[in-house]
Amino acid sequence: MTPSVIELRASGEDRRVAALAAAAIGLTLAEAAIPLPIPGVKPGLANIVTLVVLYRYGWRMAAWVAGLRIVAGALALGQFLTPAFLLSLAGGVASLLVLIAAIRLPARWFGPVALSLLAAFTHIGSQLMVVDVWLMPGASLIALLPLFLGAAWITGLGNGLAAAHLLQSLPPGTSGKTP
Amino acid sequence: MTACRAGLLRPGDWLILALGLALVVALSAHQAGSQEGRVIVRLDGKPHTEASLRLNRVIEVAGPLGISRVEIRDGRVRIAADPSPLQLCVRQGWIPPGAAAVCLPNRVAVENAAAGYDTLSY
Repeated sequence: MTPSVIELRASGEDRRVAALAAAAIGLTLAEAAIPLPIPGVKPGLANIVTLVVLYRYGWRMAAWVAGLRIVAGALALGQFLTPAFLLSLAGGVASLLVLIAAIRLPARWFGPVALSLLAAFTHIGSQLMVVDVWLMPGASLIALLPLFLGAAWITGLGNGLAAAHLLQSLPPGTSGKTP
Repeated sequence: MTACRAGLLRPGDWLILALGLALVVALSAHQAGSQEGRVIVRLDGKPHTEASLRLNRVIEVAGPLGISRVEIRDGRVRIAADPSPLQLCVRQGWIPPGAAAVCLPNRVAVENAAAGYDTLSY
């Protein structure tokens, strides 16, 4: 038998995706340890990474980082393929689509804060929709909408400011250096 | 550094922030008006009366057997009197949130439409 060697070559871009996804996963795990009073309300710090990656490296890389973060974060938290994972996936995909559309807005007027807020609203909106339509149909979550949207407004603003600050303080050349 | 700070928020960001805040405020104002629980009285399956749980009142429903009296008091609702022979719906007492009492012989159903959950897990 001829010995065969399978070699997986990781390109520089692969390494960058891995490093950024690791940062996002770290933030996801860290914030899972913070006790929060209401289920469903959390800071979503990993979105800072998604935003920075989207601005620096484009939407493909942002999609990779967000996707890896959602799957690996769920695996690490023991939530893979649970309803919580599906909610996270739905929110992640929906907000990523909105981000990809919103990054085309004129940069002179709209910065990371606007994108972050839109993403936060989309994230919780799509999750509530999934819960309402599929997980708990008829549980009239409309009553919780102001609460969740209010929380999304605060976290969206905070994450947006953090992303804006990072984008300004990190020169465009640096790779993989995220929070 | 000051220029740096000023660049964090651009005009469109303020616009989106204001719109988002307006949406949240409008939704909460809307919720505050409609948050009270509702009582839905049905006769023959068709909506007969819809009332607020907050307002004490007695609703009289004329069914095929006679008059059913639905009593709303102190945020609770029950069927106070009913001509049905077994009196099942009357003996059910105060109807918990999310539940309903049905007087089948007299075709009357009363639903306490306040949000009620059997279980909540996360």
